[in-house]
Amino acid sequence: MKHESVETNAGLLIILTLAVISIGGLVEIVPLFYINDTIEEVEGVRPYTPLEQRGRDLYVREGCYTCHSQMVRPFRDEMLRYGHYSLAAESQYDHPFQWGSKRTGPDLARVGGKYSNEWQVQHLIQPKSLVPESIMPGYPWLAANRLDYSDIEQRMIALKRVGVPYSINQEEFAANVERFGEDVAMMLDINRAEENLIAQAQRENFDGDSTFISEMDAIVAYLQVLGTMVDFNEYSAGHFAEFR
Amino acid sequence: MSTNENPSKKPGQVETTGHVWDSNLQEYNNPLPRWWLWGFYATVVFALVYWVLYPAWPVGGSFTKGVNTITFMQDGEEVTTHWNTRSLFAREMQSGKQAVRQREMLEQVGAMEYETLLADVEAMSFVNAYAKGAFGTWCAACHQTGGGGVIGQYPNLRDDHWLWGGTTERIEETLVLGRNGYMPAYRESLDGQQLEQVASYVLSLNGFAMNDTDVAAGGEIFNGYLGGCYQCHGADAAGLDSQGAPNLSNNIWGLVDVPGAANDEERVARVARFVHQGVQRQMPAFADRLSPTEIRVLTAYVHSLGGGQ
Repeated sequence: MKHESVETNAGLLIILTLAVISIGGLVEIVPLFYINDTIEEVEGVRPYTPLEQRGRDLYVREGCYTCHSQMVRPFRDEMLRYGHYSLAAESQYDHPFQWGSKRTGPDLARVGGKYSNEWQVQHLIQPKSLVPESIMPGYPWLAANRLDYSDIEQRMIALKRVGVPYSINQEEFAANVERFGEDVAMMLDINRAEENLIAQAQRENFDGDSTFISEMDAIVAYLQVLGTMVDFNEYSAGHFAEFR
Repeated sequence: MSTNENPSKKPGQVETTGHVWDSNLQEYNNPLPRWWLWGFYATVVFALVYWVLYPAWPVGGSFTKGVNTITFMQDGEEVTTHWNTRSLFAREMQSGKQAVRQREMLEQVGAMEYETLLADVEAMSFVNAYAKGAFGTWCAACHQTGGGGVIGQYPNLRDDHWLWGGTTERIEETLVLGRNGYMPAYRESLDGQQLEQVASYVLSLNGFAMNDTDVAAGGEIFNGYLGGCYQCHGADAAGLDSQGAPNLSNNIWGLVDVPGAANDEERVARVARFVHQGVQRQMPAFADRLSPTEIRVLTAYVHSLGGGQ
């Protein structure tokens, strides 16, 4: 192909430019999809329950990710502050994942269980009442808004299409029982999504108000499960190096 | 449009690419600067060396691991792996300069009695430095940076007013076991007037001039069967740290915002409302989140904030 014909044909120039600049990305990203050890084998990681998943949707809706990453890197200072570094396995059911390096607020990958539900609720409503130096805005409407879970089945089906193992028929359910145990498999059953969501919200009552299921219930349920699925005491210091 | 006609080029002029646009626009074809070109070749050489030393190219279901290795200890045995950030991290945590120094100091502090520790300037400077991070991570969410607390919610750790005791032993116990603070609601047992009388009595203990009749009646309720407040707060209202019951006579207000009230009427109303509602506060247990040494460091830090007993 002559240099001139590329230079004088804008469409062709665009296509060829895209092809050339995508090589770097493709070489770095594509192998991750088929290299065996990309996702570590680790006990405990499961897809989110319907309530947690709705909380996660709200997390994305409110743009929490613009200030908070969910990725603890393998550095000593991060370990001291946040805990064990994040594993790829821990975000394997996240679509989209919440990794990142821009932290205006602290990393949230291991925030689950660190603070009480009451603390989380008040902090989300008015962060400055608990942390005066905080620049985080308040999200008071989360406590006032009724959680819309009318489309929870559709949301789970959409996630299922991109690879999250929610089950819709008996066969998939049986596979989940095998893989995650019966209790978890029940929570991952799309047919039972709504009743599971309501049951979890009522049982754990994250926002302390049992009169209705609020958006606060969902987002606190999500925050409280972040980074808690893997018991790192089970694994020795260098265990996860085997996967790299 | 570009044409391929090579315009006439006078001798000595710079070579052009040969493209001509709009009849006379041409493009110089200068050679790249030497320093730039050699710099480019250097990056190529760097890449080749890097590929040999470090994990680089995907091959089938795996990738080239590189010849560079890292050795660290795992379960008491030496493990050598190809270079990767996770092994690097494991080694850094075990034998990195700062990590080793920190561990030495933690061991030293962990072995010291509180009395010696609090008197040791060097050890306490480590405690303060370490606790700045640990307190910030684990405690400041409620007790605030610096330990000032929030009136109405989280205790101030900077003063000498303690709910559960301010000795090192008691502070350590609080950290290890957590605490459940509870005062029952009196909405069933006391009516509005009685609540105000108790409030008046408590306020009078703190130097507020209240109506004498109310104070006397409130005192009866406080120290009598009806209120039974003395059972936890003590007959002299000096508190009982085994119950987490605060001293009610030192004019320090943790949960009721008395200092923020405008007048006596509002002060009585606030205290009465509090007694009406009761309270339940929880401090989580940290035994399974922090090591005994970290708890020791935090205990010494909290004790040294201002009011350790």
